[in-house]
Amino acid sequence: MIIHQILFIIFGIICVAGAVNLLVQRHPINSALSLVVVMASLALIYLLLGAEFVAAIQVIVYAGAIMVLFVFVIMLLNAGSEERTRGSHIALFIGVPGVVVLAGTVAWLLIHSGGQLGSVQISSSDFGNTQDIAHLLFKDFLLPFEITSVLILIAIMGAVVLGRKES
Amino acid sequence: MDTTTFIIVAVIKIALVVFIMLTGVAYTTWLERKLVGRIQNRWGPTRVGPFGLLQPLADGIKFILKEDMVPDNVHKGLFILAPALALTMSLISIAVIPFGETITIAGQTTALQISGIWNSVTGATSDINIGLLIILGVTSIGVYGVALAGWSSNSKYSLLGSLRASAQMISYELALGLSLVGILLLSGSLSLREIVGAQSGTWVLGGQNTHIPHWFIFPQIIGFFIYLLAAFAETNRIPFDLPEAETELVAGYHTEYSSMKFAMFFMAEYVNMFTVACLASLLFFGGWHGPTIHSAPAIVQSLLPVLWFAIKVFFFIFLYIWIRGTLPRFRYDQLMAFGWKFLLPLAIANIIVTSFIVAWRG
Repeated sequence: MIIHQILFIIFGIICVAGAVNLLVQRHPINSALSLVVVMASLALIYLLLGAEFVAAIQVIVYAGAIMVLFVFVIMLLNAGSEERTRGSHIALFIGVPGVVVLAGTVAWLLIHSGGQLGSVQISSSDFGNTQDIAHLLFKDFLLPFEITSVLILIAIMGAVVLGRKES
Repeated sequence: MDTTTFIIVAVIKIALVVFIMLTGVAYTTWLERKLVGRIQNRWGPTRVGPFGLLQPLADGIKFILKEDMVPDNVHKGLFILAPALALTMSLISIAVIPFGETITIAGQTTALQISGIWNSVTGATSDINIGLLIILGVTSIGVYGVALAGWSSNSKYSLLGSLRASAQMISYELALGLSLVGILLLSGSLSLREIVGAQSGTWVLGGQNTHIPHWFIFPQIIGFFIYLLAAFAETNRIPFDLPEAETELVAGYHTEYSSMKFAMFFMAEYVNMFTVACLASLLFFGGWHGPTIHSAPAIVQSLLPVLWFAIKVFFFIFLYIWIRGTLPRFRYDQLMAFGWKFLLPLAIANIIVTSFIVAWRG
């Protein structure tokens, strides 16, 4: 399992680096592409967990479909580079200490009472495979799943109505 | 098989498959020029080597030796990244395609597939169980290569070409994905190896052996035609080659590219053609299944299925070239209307009918 850990560390670092790059980049298209890197490395982490179906869907839906639309919009609007500001004083005096305190608290909690929080055990070798997910979606949680799809359908119809030209 | 041998075998397999793939790509360009030449009553390449057979090699040398130009005012990083991304993504998808059962060389048995694993205890071959989804995912990442090429070139023809290409690829990916659902319902698996396994033997109707191969083309003929048309659009081939329509857009998204970077787009397009042809043979035409010779030596028995597979793939490549030499190009609004208003509803209807039949038969 040592290979798993090495791969997890590699993709974890790539994921965090992509996320930081997303914020640092000044051009929107570079930020969008960094987000693609984040999505792709998340997919590989899912794959390491054994959830291959979720990994594939992550790539197809997020990296493939949603981010392509983002890039598409940026290309069409021809958005230029953002101007870099000096940053606000509020962010410096409240934001940075706030992040440090939050990260410190989470780390302290995990170190001191990590045992009480319990850990997730991957129960079977079939964890996260296509058949399991299908059983969950189409048997155990059929009603919530169908209601969600109806909601999405309503949202799509709303978008079409809003986007239609007045004649 | 211990880890070291496994890695060595895997590296050999990867090198071999990529080499054969790229040679195949090179000779497909030769075949295309020859065939289109014959269709148009010309000879095609004849000067370099017998029948012009060394023409791909000469082209390759020309591409490498040409000056690699990067125009001013391009977004340089992305301009260089785009062709690399397009070619890498098209080559990755070949990793999950199985070519045959297993092969034994020097006491080592291995699956005829880069990502396939032969289990020495059970004697069964297994491969990654989301093979089909990986191909769809990698294809959808490949869209970035085209989209970024057009945008980073900072030229209106390139941008228009890449907008067309991305819109077309996203639209037809839906029809392509939905046309495969019928196959998944019949085979009950996303693993390409298991889908091919489900197509062995012959169709039995009402207790009668029909002697027709158990290929999924017969129950899924509508799915096959949707797949074929969507695949032509996905690979930007005539009659759907609007992204590079010469009469309107100079050369579309690769207008500003020269030398090896142009060649990488060119290779990516041909590798995609191969992937699509391989998928069509695997999903609808029984993959490597074909007549077997039981008295032949083991090595022939394991390589004969690869031959059947190669013949099926060749048939689709030939079809591609044939159609290129025959049909004119669609208009852009026709292309979009065809994808969204005809192929997509037809694919959904195909899924509904297939699922009712599968449920009825139990």
